[in-house]
Amino acid sequence: MPFIPHTAEDTREMLGAIGVKSIDQLFDSIPEQFRRRGLLNIPPTATETEVMRDLADLASWNRSTDGRPCFLGGGMYKHLVPAAVDHLQSRSDFVTPYTPYQPEVSQGTLRWLYEYQTIVAELTGLEVSNACMWEGPTAFVEGMKMASSITNKKRLLVSRGVHPHAREALKTYMKWQGVEIIEIPLGADGRTDLAALRASLNDQSAAVGVQSPNFLGCIEDGGAICEIAHKAGALAVGSFYAISLGLLASPGEQGFDIACGEGQPLGNYLSYGGPSFAFFATKKEFLRQMPARIVGQTVDRDGKRGFVLTMTTREQHIRREKATSNICTSNTLMALRGVIYLAMLGPNGLREVAEQCVEKAHATAERLFKSKGCSRLTTAPFFNEFCVKFDQPVERVRERISRQDILGGIELRRWYSEYSNSLMFAVTEANSKVECDKLVDAVGGYI
Amino acid sequence: MSTTTIEKQADRQLPYFDDRLIFEKSRPGARAWHIPKNDVPSAKAAEYLKGVALRKRPPALPEVGELEVIRHYTNISRLNYAITTTFYPLGSCTMKYNPVMNEVAVMMPGFRELHPMQDDNGIQGALALAKRVQDYLSEVTGLPGTTLHPCSGAQGELTALLVCKAYFEDHGEDRGIVLIPDSAHGTNPASCAIAGLRAVAVKTGPDGLIDVEDFKKKLTPEVACAMITNPNTLGLFESRIHEIAEALHANGSFLYMDGANFNAIVGVTRPGDFGVDMMHINLHKTFTQPHGGGGPGAGPICVCAKLEPYLPSPRIVEEKDGYRFDESNPKSIGRMRGFAMNFGVMVRSYAYMRRLGAEGTRRVAEYAVLNANYIRVKVGAHFTIPFDRICMHEFVATSKKQREFGIHTIDIAKRLIDLGYHPPTVYFPLVVSEAIMIEPTETESKDTIDRFIKSMVQIAREAETNPSLLLEAPVTTPVRRLDEVKAAKEPELRFNCCVWEPSP
Amino acid sequence: MAAPNNCRFLETHEWARKDGDTIVVGITEHAVSQLGELVFCKFSKKAGDRVSARQPFGEIESVKAVSDLNAPVNGVVVEVNNSVPDALHLVQQDPYNSGWMLRVKPDAKSGYEELMDAAAYEKHAAEEH
Repeated sequence: MPFIPHTAEDTREMLGAIGVKSIDQLFDSIPEQFRRRGLLNIPPTATETEVMRDLADLASWNRSTDGRPCFLGGGMYKHLVPAAVDHLQSRSDFVTPYTPYQPEVSQGTLRWLYEYQTIVAELTGLEVSNACMWEGPTAFVEGMKMASSITNKKRLLVSRGVHPHAREALKTYMKWQGVEIIEIPLGADGRTDLAALRASLNDQSAAVGVQSPNFLGCIEDGGAICEIAHKAGALAVGSFYAISLGLLASPGEQGFDIACGEGQPLGNYLSYGGPSFAFFATKKEFLRQMPARIVGQTVDRDGKRGFVLTMTTREQHIRREKATSNICTSNTLMALRGVIYLAMLGPNGLREVAEQCVEKAHATAERLFKSKGCSRLTTAPFFNEFCVKFDQPVERVRERISRQDILGGIELRRWYSEYSNSLMFAVTEANSKVECDKLVDAVGGYI
Repeated sequence: MSTTTIEKQADRQLPYFDDRLIFEKSRPGARAWHIPKNDVPSAKAAEYLKGVALRKRPPALPEVGELEVIRHYTNISRLNYAITTTFYPLGSCTMKYNPVMNEVAVMMPGFRELHPMQDDNGIQGALALAKRVQDYLSEVTGLPGTTLHPCSGAQGELTALLVCKAYFEDHGEDRGIVLIPDSAHGTNPASCAIAGLRAVAVKTGPDGLIDVEDFKKKLTPEVACAMITNPNTLGLFESRIHEIAEALHANGSFLYMDGANFNAIVGVTRPGDFGVDMMHINLHKTFTQPHGGGGPGAGPICVCAKLEPYLPSPRIVEEKDGYRFDESNPKSIGRMRGFAMNFGVMVRSYAYMRRLGAEGTRRVAEYAVLNANYIRVKVGAHFTIPFDRICMHEFVATSKKQREFGIHTIDIAKRLIDLGYHPPTVYFPLVVSEAIMIEPTETESKDTIDRFIKSMVQIAREAETNPSLLLEAPVTTPVRRLDEVKAAKEPELRFNCCVWEPSP
Repeated sequence: MAAPNNCRFLETHEWARKDGDTIVVGITEHAVSQLGELVFCKFSKKAGDRVSARQPFGEIESVKAVSDLNAPVNGVVVEVNNSVPDALHLVQQDPYNSGWMLRVKPDAKSGYEELMDAAAYEKHAAEEH
């Protein structure tokens, strides 16, 4: 049998030692009527070769972004990944250990998590980071939940610029918490409408949640949003595009109390949306309300530096129903990819990636906006993602794009009925000039 | 005598390791990797971002060369005990071998390079794979409605509780109580709190099983469901589970099974057959997704037909011209996370499920239980086993016999490290004081297990004759026992990068 | 671990002691020994706030455990021992004196008389472990 190393002799000896006649007898505590005698209705045992063939076959049914121009964004972005990331992350000493509850034999994991927390604190400009979370939208939900418990208020304001998935997840999570969720509309320029935000805030408001760049790609005025939120006694929670943090003002500089974001752009593959990870950081004063695991530095019996999971009393296995969150298994290994990626790039490399995203996206956008039948949907500054409005049915445009074997153009009306015939495109450093030209060609017929 | 032995061991030359963090190796201007130059004619980023607030100070990321990165992370990886290097009998965690072919499969460009916003027609292979995983899970659990959506076991159980709440809401009922045995995982009550449910504890009887009489007493009309881990955290099958299920159903309530211990029964019995209405499955336990030092995992849930309409969105549907995602179900609780699923986890688990097939699936449980019982009888003479009878995939021992020599469970755990093992789960479940929870899994050979048993027996002897060996352990690791009080009292949660400035 | 005779006790291991027309509150030596080394303490009530018997007025943590601090009596807080959160050794080493936590002006129906006396509490603590 695959992966079961026992010989017939081993099995016999072991059964003898236990004092039973058959393996079946070991299951006597399961009432007879529920024991299955036959096999389940699933395919037969297969060899590695057979299964790999099956997998290769399934993979070939997909039209992946491998070798195709991809201009899809909407939360996950195709970036270049250094070979060192794959190589190091796939070391089995990183892949196969459990959560580092036994610190003496887990210093590897604990060390890089400590480095990770440092990196996230640096990127976000906030004081403390946890040891990563599942993925972007759930991290945003946890941030809003945390703001509600810090302020002890039950009114959450969420910009419509926040990823629709994150807003949906927030609704699902808050359904039974007696929390009121108020959506703040976007202004004509594509950014959160600050006047509407001001008007919706009152002294019962726990938090203002925004995303920057927002779902439409627009860079929010974080400083103004934080000022408005704080004036009303609410906390400011922001979800950020990790790559943009190499260039744009950090959440801490802008005044955010809690910052989080999808970690996929940092050295992770798209993998059809998961597993990825999320970063999460806050101010020191809110440390004890922060969800998920935290690693801290300490010393061993001989005074030597070492690292441990700490402040575990916040977590579910101790605080149970009063825990800050129910997160237990997280997405640790994917965060390691982020650490290695950023160690490979350094501050200058990250800035260059961010700059090239901006440059390629703007150059391509300008050509698209000038194309026949195309216009710019939003006017606010953007980072690397932008929306194009068409004066013809969007299906026709999508067909032209698809015919060129280009992946891209997210249709906005799926989540925003007010934006008809509009497509959203993301451009990154991974897109070449040839690809960008091809897109412009397919969309606008402009050369 | 003992102290000199310890000192000698402590003096033993440990393999040298460079204690510095990556930041302490940083030199301004060093750089490991470059992206290609921009080939698209464009202006400079700063011109496009006029009026946008930019960072005043770059993030103090490490500045190092490529070999330094490779060496740094290769070296720190060696400070971990891992399944590939060490037996890992960590109770309730199912640390079985993670087939290396899974890692090859997940790196196929046709899987890893799929964008989650692609149209359904471009991801037919991915959807087919996911659908097959769903069908496999439905077959092994006996529960027809499966979703792969949840990020982890904890999110899976929360999802199930929300599904249950939605069912009652839809039927005009407001039920707010969940019955949970006192031996449960801490995630159970934590998830209840988020779902707006109140956990009421049910006692464990003297036989280590749920006290069914206490259970029935607490089964009021407000009970929405019971959350039961089966086999339970003591490694025992709840043989009266069907009676519990019937009582719940007669009360209009549901039975939720925490699937953390599914490895013990997979292929041998189906939860749906003994009355379970919903359960989550930790793919990172039973179905070989590696633990990755704390994740990622995935927590699909399987539910009975009655609850299926409430499962989260989106759902995969099969039609004659292929598969597609359906987000139109009006009764669905909605989305629990961003994209549809942890797809990479599904690829690994699919590969494993296909390898096992029908026969292999059953052998998993059989050999997991065989291995656990073999260890139980062999170490039973040397350690106290509070519920000493045939167990499932794991059992709980205690250090009660060693107490008179001043030895606690933690000392046994740490001594195991010196003998080359990852310790078992300790101090859980809470209903047993000084618990040592051992789960070998089916992938360990008799040879490995015999050596482990020998070590356990040796430790029992050392506890009596040379307890300081245990009290001082571990001495063979890069660091010895760590000061957790200091870590919690004076939190140092990041390296202070201010000692150097990144280069301009 | 003898429980002082001049105190009354709550089953969750808090003590209350009459001091003039106020009642002083803290946690017992038994609680301290059960928690192990303390790492964090936070009071959710300040002077002027109401406390109710068996309702939390704060939290105390060791590395591996966390416990609510419950008020033994009904009343209004007149003083909080603010030195405790930064000097947990006071609670650790001297829980009945310098490790006191609250001073409460009791209501007419304070609930003080219904609390356990030292003998009953010692029996209760012994039964728990």
